[in-house]
Amino acid sequence: MESVGLVPVLVVSVFLFVTGVAGVLTRKNALIVFMSVELMLNAVNLSFVAFARQSGHADGMIYAVFVMAVAAAEAAVGLALVILLFRNRVTVKLDDLDTMKG
Amino acid sequence: MFEAVLFYVFSLVAMMSGVGVVTMRNPIASALSLVVCFFFLAADYVLLDAHFVAVIQILVYAGAIMVLFIFVIMLLNLRHGDQLTFEDIGRRSIVGMGTAGLLAVGLFTALGQLPVVLPAQIPADYGTIAYIGKALFEGPYLLPFETVSALLTVAVVGAVVLAKKEI
Repeated sequence: MESVGLVPVLVVSVFLFVTGVAGVLTRKNALIVFMSVELMLNAVNLSFVAFARQSGHADGMIYAVFVMAVAAAEAAVGLALVILLFRNRVTVKLDDLDTMKG
Repeated sequence: MFEAVLFYVFSLVAMMSGVGVVTMRNPIASALSLVVCFFFLAADYVLLDAHFVAVIQILVYAGAIMVLFIFVIMLLNLRHGDQLTFEDIGRRSIVGMGTAGLLAVGLFTALGQLPVVLPAQIPADYGTIAYIGKALFEGPYLLPFETVSALLTVAVVGAVVLAKKEI
């Protein structure tokens, strides 16, 4: 950390976050959209850890652990939803889900 | 110096595999790319002295969550047509890439205005389980920690209720 500094770590974090946003907005497969969301969560985790190291406090690392716990809960419920969706509609393409479209 | 080289190598692999997650045609390839990304991010966490977070990253993310993902992908057995990459470059792709590009410009501009501050001095046990545990259980984070355990229970019950045909 002393040899790298804060900014390169944040550059990596921003890059991964933007990649995740692009995945969420462009892909049609629900599973890949989920994975892009995980990528975004990890990018934020990286910046949390970097800021924790920068400030010398434990708070950032504790937030990172909380984010991981929430991500685990989200993955469990989200993948259960995908299975349910596949059972009822036999598709995971988000474009096919337009029942509520006006 | 050596640490800096390691950091750049790990980060480069993490970023390349992160791009792979979004661009791969096959969901399994995407998932494996994401596993690689998680492992190299864990390596970055070690370089940032966050040893406990690195271990949890590999155990929870690369272990538990990605096994769940790969399990579901193989369970659904997607063969036909669902696994296309930027499908028929249309309005949605252009709008999506444009939004992501704008976000990138904004965030990188904000990064450029960040003041350069030297990292703080850290105690020798920074990032270890004992250090995190003390901060977690003696500080203001005890109640959030217990709430997270309730959240995980709710998520497990919810996942079972959703995915089971009849309870």
